[in-house]
Order: sequence, then structure tokens, then C-alpha cells
Amino acid sequence: MTTQDMTQAAALPARRRSGRMRALLPYLLSLPALVVTIGILIPFGTAVYYSLQRYNLAFPFTRGFIGLDNYAQFVTDPAFWNTVQISLLYTVVTVGVELALGLSMALLLQHRTPVNNLLSVLLILPLMTAPAIAALMWKLMTNPNFGVFSYLVGLAGFTEFRWASSPSTALFTVVLVDVWVYTPFMMILLLAGLRSLPRQPFEAAELDGVPASFVFFRITLPMLTPYIITASLFRMLDAIQQFDIIYAMTQGGPGDRLMVFQVQAYLEAFTFTNIGRSAAFLMVLWAITFILSNLFIKQWLKLRERTHRAA
Amino acid sequence: MYEKAKDLAAAYVSRRISRRAFIDRMTKLGIAAAAANLMVNRLSSQALAAGHDWQKHKGRTVKLLLNKHPYTDAMIANLDNFKAMTGMDVKYDVFPEDVYFDKVTATLSSRASQYDAFMTGAYQTWQYGPAGWLVDMNEYLTQAAPNYNWNDVLPNLRRSTAWSGVPGAALGGDGAKQWALPWGFELNSVSYNKRIFDKLGMAPPENLPDMKEKAAHIAREADGMYGIGVRGSRSWATIHPGYLSGFTNYGARDFEMADGKLNAAMNSPAGKEFTGLWVEMIKQSGPRNWSTYTWYEVGNDLGAGASGMIFDADILGYFMNGNTKEAGNIAYAAFAAKPGASEPTPNVWIWSLAMNAFSEQKEAAWYWMQWATGTEHGMFGARQMDFVNPVRQSVWDDEGFRDRIAKTYPGYLEQYEASAPGSKIYFTPQPLFFNLTTEWAASLQKMVADEVPVDEGLDQLAESVNRQLASVGLR
Repeated sequence: MTTQDMTQAAALPARRRSGRMRALLPYLLSLPALVVTIGILIPFGTAVYYSLQRYNLAFPFTRGFIGLDNYAQFVTDPAFWNTVQISLLYTVVTVGVELALGLSMALLLQHRTPVNNLLSVLLILPLMTAPAIAALMWKLMTNPNFGVFSYLVGLAGFTEFRWASSPSTALFTVVLVDVWVYTPFMMILLLAGLRSLPRQPFEAAELDGVPASFVFFRITLPMLTPYIITASLFRMLDAIQQFDIIYAMTQGGPGDRLMVFQVQAYLEAFTFTNIGRSAAFLMVLWAITFILSNLFIKQWLKLRERTHRAA
Repeated sequence: MYEKAKDLAAAYVSRRISRRAFIDRMTKLGIAAAAANLMVNRLSSQALAAGHDWQKHKGRTVKLLLNKHPYTDAMIANLDNFKAMTGMDVKYDVFPEDVYFDKVTATLSSRASQYDAFMTGAYQTWQYGPAGWLVDMNEYLTQAAPNYNWNDVLPNLRRSTAWSGVPGAALGGDGAKQWALPWGFELNSVSYNKRIFDKLGMAPPENLPDMKEKAAHIAREADGMYGIGVRGSRSWATIHPGYLSGFTNYGARDFEMADGKLNAAMNSPAGKEFTGLWVEMIKQSGPRNWSTYTWYEVGNDLGAGASGMIFDADILGYFMNGNTKEAGNIAYAAFAAKPGASEPTPNVWIWSLAMNAFSEQKEAAWYWMQWATGTEHGMFGARQMDFVNPVRQSVWDDEGFRDRIAKTYPGYLEQYEASAPGSKIYFTPQPLFFNLTTEWAASLQKMVADEVPVDEGLDQLAESVNRQLASVGLR
């Protein structure tokens, strides 16, 4: 055996080792992601498991697997359908109003001037307020006895306006608080989108003397749509899981008027100690959120594909 | 300064210095009055220590979960005496009531040993007890210090914190476990603004129709004031004070027992009659945002002069008679809702102390619990702090306490003595208490908002309650 043969023979195991390492590398690199995924799935799996059980802490001896019974009970429970309806209505109204206002504000502030820059900073202040604190502030400001807003609507002739205390105005009141807190979020995302749009189409439209409404509906809005979908998706995910504003203002009342998913699940778990039913509520909420998110994302992908084809 | 005073008191108690020297030095410290209190407390602690090995758990630390409340403040103010007597240390976390019971539920359900003892209400023990989270205190009460005197605790309160766990079984009945030790309690009566009542030439209300009429009169005649403050939030806490006290007085009950099973009875004719009047009264002369009212708003409005009267916890009226705009103007009256009723029937809320079943030092926790619920601490709280209402007869009989209350809170003792005989927990004990009373509160909100007529609302409520009872085998 020559020296060269000996060297080659010695290098073989090392090469084999290196080959194995190379084969393992993708798995090693994905290990942290796998750990995080497992960390996320464990609570999720636990919630699914609990939702399939009769599990009330006040009845420890009745605990047991009941399959889909918790879900089956929902089908005939009018309170459940009320919760679905209120949660969806709250989501649609808040996201809709915040989108309209956020877009309007972004359009007004899109040109960089000292005043606009200052206003941009001032307008995001509500976003820095914790929603529960915002709810308490609004609860005081809308107090029919001494609240400043009650005084103001009283001047306008609405002396019996009862804000969150009345079933007919409760939804309006909590939506108002949500809009106050989260519209700046929409505004920031859409303002960033507006400022990143290419200038050429707008300049061309200006040279051709195209009317402003045409520019807005045919150029600005289509180009801004991916940003609108992204911002709306984020807000939708948050709004359908609303808890703090509603709980701090009305605990889901008056009656069942504001009984959204998270408030119902919270009461079931912490006040009624019915863990199984609470988990089932949250799983239904997850399913609704999953479906809505998918609709938004598919729409976004479709738009992207259309843009690519057009390009 | 306080440490010096404590050292002096300890020196006097152990006879290292004479009485004259003690008083001289205390006077020099400029805190003669405080010195007297300190000495009384130290002497009380020594009296309590007699015949019992209070130092058995010296060096241990017990951890408490407490609600922000004057009872807690009184306990903390007197805690040094417990530490000195036992050589134990006490740590505690205090949470506001809004989140307190959620914290308790989360802690107990996780079977954590983090807290050895905690404050609870009697109703909560109907959940926590059957769940296996509480220690039956009967086994410890047999080992109490010789002068603990459990029988000194008012009998209705002892019974109200004991339950067998059988839904519908009487509190304190056969096989009852003592889930908690009463610490302080409140019964429900009328606290009213005497200045306004005098101005309008009115006496306190005699029954519910009279209350409704007088509340309406206040709302009409007293500028900017509403007539009657009662709770209205979407919570079990809306049902238990004035509402259930009046409901019971009308002869209505929450449940009936038939063949060992529960049956919703809140829609009885008596229940409907009372609820109809109650709802009308709130609509006519309650706060405009009634559906968000907790005890906090009810009390504050009385103290701020925004309401003419409240039908709620007597101690809420007590606390509003000091450091508020209307301090000194609040008066008290026992209240029987039904015209012609023989006596008031106030439903009772009892702040109690319970032991965590997962505590790793139960006996040490028991030492703290018997000190905190003992006569000496009760006397300290009643005489020097706002530890009302005391749960021990000996404290109610104490002249120092009675004199103080009679001078500072005129009419309070008379109200208490008229209300107490008929006072107890009138709810039927069962583990779905919080589900069903929260739904009851939501139904009341719908009735007040005219979303459903009273009779129909109560029928719907009873139907829903029966359905829920059946789903867990209680009906």
C-alpha cells in the first residue's frame, strides 16, 4: 500500500462522517422550530383534549371523556348562537370602521410635512394605552351622571343616552372604544403602504389630468389592497378575540348583549369552573378564526398572483 | 419610634421596668395613647398564649392570599403581635376584589401549595369544598387553643360556613364539613342620607312598596340625586345583597327540593311579585347606568350624595359615614321588604378564612387562622380598626366597641340588632351557584331594559336553570 493509498483510506471515515453531518444538518437547523412548534401544540392539544371531556372542577368525580357532547350542546343552545352572532358583528363593525377611518387618516397624512409628522405621532398615542385602561377611562367619560361625553350628548338633546348601560347602545359604546384604541394601528400600516407605493403611475395620471376619484379607485386602492388585507387580517384576529374592553365595561351585559367568545370562555373557566365547556368555546373560536384567516390569506395570494401576471 | 415603643411595652410586660417608668418613657416618646393600645394588644396576646404552645412552629413562614378589605388592614395592623407570640413570620399577597376570586380559583385549581390560607366567601366554598381544594376545619377545631372558644362565634355564621356537599342539604346540617372559619360579615339593610330624608320630611322606608315610593320622591324632589342604589352588574354579586334579602322576605325561594332533587323556584308568584316591584323601582329611581353597578358604585354614590339611600350591605353604609362628602349624614334602618312581615330576613355575606388543601404546613397555617379568628384579634379590630361586623358574640357584647359604634355611627347597633335574628344565608347550597346567579343577574338586566317582561323573564330563567341542573344530574 502506497502512502497515497493510506491517506485516502484514512480520509474515508472522515468523509463519511462529514456526509452524515451534512445529511443531518437540515434536521438540526429545524430543531428549534420543531421545539417551538411542539411548545405551541401542547397547550392547543390540551385544550382540544379538555373540550372533549366533562370537566367541571366543582364536580371532580364526574370527569370523563364525552366525545363531542360539549359541541353538540352548542347546536341547540341559543346563548351560543348569540355569542357567535355578537362576536362576528363586533368584528365586522370594528374592522370596517377602523379601516375606513385609518385609510382616511393615512390619505390625509401621506405627504411628509412637519404638521403631518407631528399629527402622525400624536394620533398613535391611543395605541399605547392598554385596552383595559382605555375601557376604564371611557367608562368614566360615559358615566351618565358625571361623564364628559354624557354631558356633551346631553347638550345635543340626548339626555337619556345610557352608553354601555343600555342594550340598544352598548355595542356602539364598546365599538367606539375599540375604534379609539385601534384605528391608529390601521393608520400606521396603511400610511406605510401609501408612502411605499411607486410614484410613476400617480405622476402619469397627474400629467394626463385624470380626476382624483379615478386615481383613488383605479390606482391607489388596487395598489394598496395587499396592505389593506394585511392590516384587516391583524385587526380581525384581534377583534374576534376581544376580551378586555368588553369585560372591563360591561362583563358581557347588559343581559347577553355583548357576550363574545372570550368573555364567555373566561366566565366558564374562572367563575363557573367548567373547564370542558370553556375549552369547547375556545376551540370554536379557533375554528372561526382559522377559517376567516384562510379567506383573507387566499384573497391576498390571489391578488399577488394577479399582480404578477399583470407585471 | 414604633420599635422603641414595642420594646418598652415588652419590657413592661416582662416586668423589667415599672409601670411609672413605662408611662414616663412612653410620654417622652409622645405616643402615650398608642402605648396604651400597644400594651393592651401585647397583654391580650399573652393572655391568648396561656396554656397553649404557640411557639411550636417558631421560624416557619405562612403565606396568605388576601382581598383588599378593612378586615385585611386590621389584621396587618395587628400582625406583629402574632409574630411576637409565635415566632412565626407571615407573608401575604393582597389583590383587589375585581380579580381576587379569579386568582383564588386559578391558584387552587392548579393545586399549588403557594398559599397556606386565604380569604373566601361562604358561597365560594360550595365550589372549592367539593372540588377537594379546602381542608375540613373540624379536625383542627378540636385541637384549638383552650381559650379559642369556637362557640363564641355566632351560630348562624358557623352553620353558614359548613356544608355536607350534598346539593340542597341544609348548611351546618348532618355530615357538614367546616369549610371555612367566619372572619367578618355583612347583612343587608337600608343606609340612607338622613340630611335628605329630613329635608323631604321622610322616615326610612318600611317595606318595598314604601321604598319604591320614597325613592321616586327623592328622584323627583332632591336636585340631581337618584332615589335608590342597588347593585346591577352582570354578576352573581348583584343577586345576593338587597335583591335576595327582599326576595326571601316575600316568601320566595331560589329552589325547591323534591325527592332529593333540586327544582328552580325563582318564578313562584311571590318571586314574580317581588321582582316586578324591584324592577319597577330601579327603572323609576335607580342609577341611570344601573347595569354596571357593583358594591363599589353603590357605596360611593351614597357617600358622595348622589343617591338618597341604598339597600345593600350594612357595612357599606358604615364605611360611607367617614371620609366622604356625606360623612355624618348616613343613618341606618333594618328593612323587611314585604308589608306586614314579622322581621327582616337579610341574606348574609361572610368573609371567611379557609385553608388550602395543598398547603405543606397546615398546622402552622391553622395557628395563624385561630389567632386571626380569635377573640383578641376580633376585639382589637372592633375597638381600634374598622373590623365590622365582628363574628363573635363577646365582641358584640364589649362595651368599648358598642360605645364607639353608638357615638360614631348612630343607629347602626339598633339596625344590627333588629336585622340579626332573621339573618343567614338564604341561598340553597349547590355547586352551580355562580352559573345560576350570574344568569339571574343577566335576566334582571333584561327585565330592567324592557327586553323581556318580568314574569316571562323569570319563567325563562327557571327553565334554563332546570336544564342546567339536569345536565349535571342535580335534577
